[in-house]
Amino acid sequence: MTPLLQVKGIGKRYGAQIGCADVSFDLYPGEVMGIVGESGSGKSTLLNCLAGHLAPDAGQVIFDTRADGPEDTVNMSEPERRMLRRTDWAFVHQNARDGLRMSVSAGGNIGERLMAVGDRHYGAIRDRAIDWLGRVEISETRVDDRPTTFSGGMQQRLQIARNLVTSPRLVFMDEPTGGLDVSVQARLLDLLRGLVRELGLSAIIVTHDLAVARLLAHRLMVMKEGHMIEAGLTDQVLDDPQHAYTQLLVSSVLQV
Amino acid sequence: MNEYNFAYLDEQTKRMIRRAILKGLAVPGYQVPFASREMPMPYGWGTGGVQISAATLTPEDTFKVIDQGADDTTNAVSIRKFFEITAGVETTEETKKATVIQTRHRIPEAKLREDQIIVYQVPIPEPLRFLEPRETETRKMHSLEEYGLMHVKLYEDISQHGAISTAYAYPVKVSGRYVMDPSPIPKFDNPKLEMDAIQLFGAGREQRIYAVPPHTEVVSLDFEDYPFEATKADHPCDLCGAEDSYLDEVILDDTGNRMFVCSDTDYCRSRRAAGHVGRLAGEGAA
Repeated sequence: MTPLLQVKGIGKRYGAQIGCADVSFDLYPGEVMGIVGESGSGKSTLLNCLAGHLAPDAGQVIFDTRADGPEDTVNMSEPERRMLRRTDWAFVHQNARDGLRMSVSAGGNIGERLMAVGDRHYGAIRDRAIDWLGRVEISETRVDDRPTTFSGGMQQRLQIARNLVTSPRLVFMDEPTGGLDVSVQARLLDLLRGLVRELGLSAIIVTHDLAVARLLAHRLMVMKEGHMIEAGLTDQVLDDPQHAYTQLLVSSVLQV
Repeated sequence: MNEYNFAYLDEQTKRMIRRAILKGLAVPGYQVPFASREMPMPYGWGTGGVQISAATLTPEDTFKVIDQGADDTTNAVSIRKFFEITAGVETTEETKKATVIQTRHRIPEAKLREDQIIVYQVPIPEPLRFLEPRETETRKMHSLEEYGLMHVKLYEDISQHGAISTAYAYPVKVSGRYVMDPSPIPKFDNPKLEMDAIQLFGAGREQRIYAVPPHTEVVSLDFEDYPFEATKADHPCDLCGAEDSYLDEVILDDTGNRMFVCSDTDYCRSRRAAGHVGRLAGEGAA
């Protein structure tokens, strides 16, 4: 089987500072990869490099495109990369306000990607928007409300709906549950897990919350100071950490 | 007259503006940046249009200015006077006689000819601006032809009002490529954008010039199930009885009486001169 995403030696420096260095891994269709590590360990830099928001200094990000098979997205032309970003890729920001248009109704937010790929039938766009609101457990009656009137958890779910409406194959998530209270977090995780399984999505999830990684990720990668220090199956990494830092990380989680 | 260079601007400035105009004509709908000059009138009064007119006028031209269709409002009168003084060109209120027409917010009812140029005053040239405030981003969207956002605006219209409520500055796609703001003309005028005359658009404050060459395809954006409609008040003109012209509503008193009159004063006058009579024409209301 061809991997959906092959990451080869990705590196990004900020001047003398290392953002991330020499990160390589493969992601197969339907697989969820977790990236954990402390603040400043290069998780977000890595994710932004993979998603094309930042240009990496070194390495390749090879994505298995629908049309032409595996292609290096780093050296791809910008229109092609932007096209990928609104069709096969999705990006869920930590702060829903970064990923939503706050002055546009919920329906318009979900419909934007459809219209961006050429959908021009209002009724059809609206039906799909309502369908997706239902899937992320937002009432149909809120379709014409602006996200400013939504709670934090609803905004996050709306952002997920807006991203998944074009049936992407790869979802990048940057701390999707950050800033939400635990019960809302639990519901969101439940929802995400359901969607990932139902749609057969591949995902890369950056988080510092090991519980999120345990629940969602099949495989786990631990980062420290820009380097990948440990990788493996999630349960294996969390239950039998090999690297000293991973051991510290796992033992730091409070048991209630 | 001798105190000013012909049409106020110096020759180098006019050359710079003409270059922008030619580039605009070569790439229909593309917003060409230009070094907009300080003009002796405030921004918002048509400084972009005035600069294009100044660069376009020749001593043989006949100049007409309209403001919301009218020849006799403050903006129209002052700009006409401005060019009478600085260029000494002949001016007219008749659409047919004019060779250069500067307009604010209307296209004349009379069909324009190939030997005419119409100059629009544009407040905000960027049609994507209200949804995307970043100029770097809107430029990229134009260059990559990413116009999905424009339909988000129309979607919002329908979801909130049940129909596309955008009534003026209705976005169009020019020559199958660039999405363009046709300046705040009513959408009633949108079908006229495919015309025989040269159309030039000037935004002074925003420093942009764009153009639509004659006989260029101009399509108003819409949805398949909510097609574009050119709307006007459902009423004939009360002065000249015209049923095909764009109308202004005039409140007459506080008991609910009102009249509808052609917004194009020249069109209305010429129809009345030809003997057409509307509902209130005899009462001297105009």
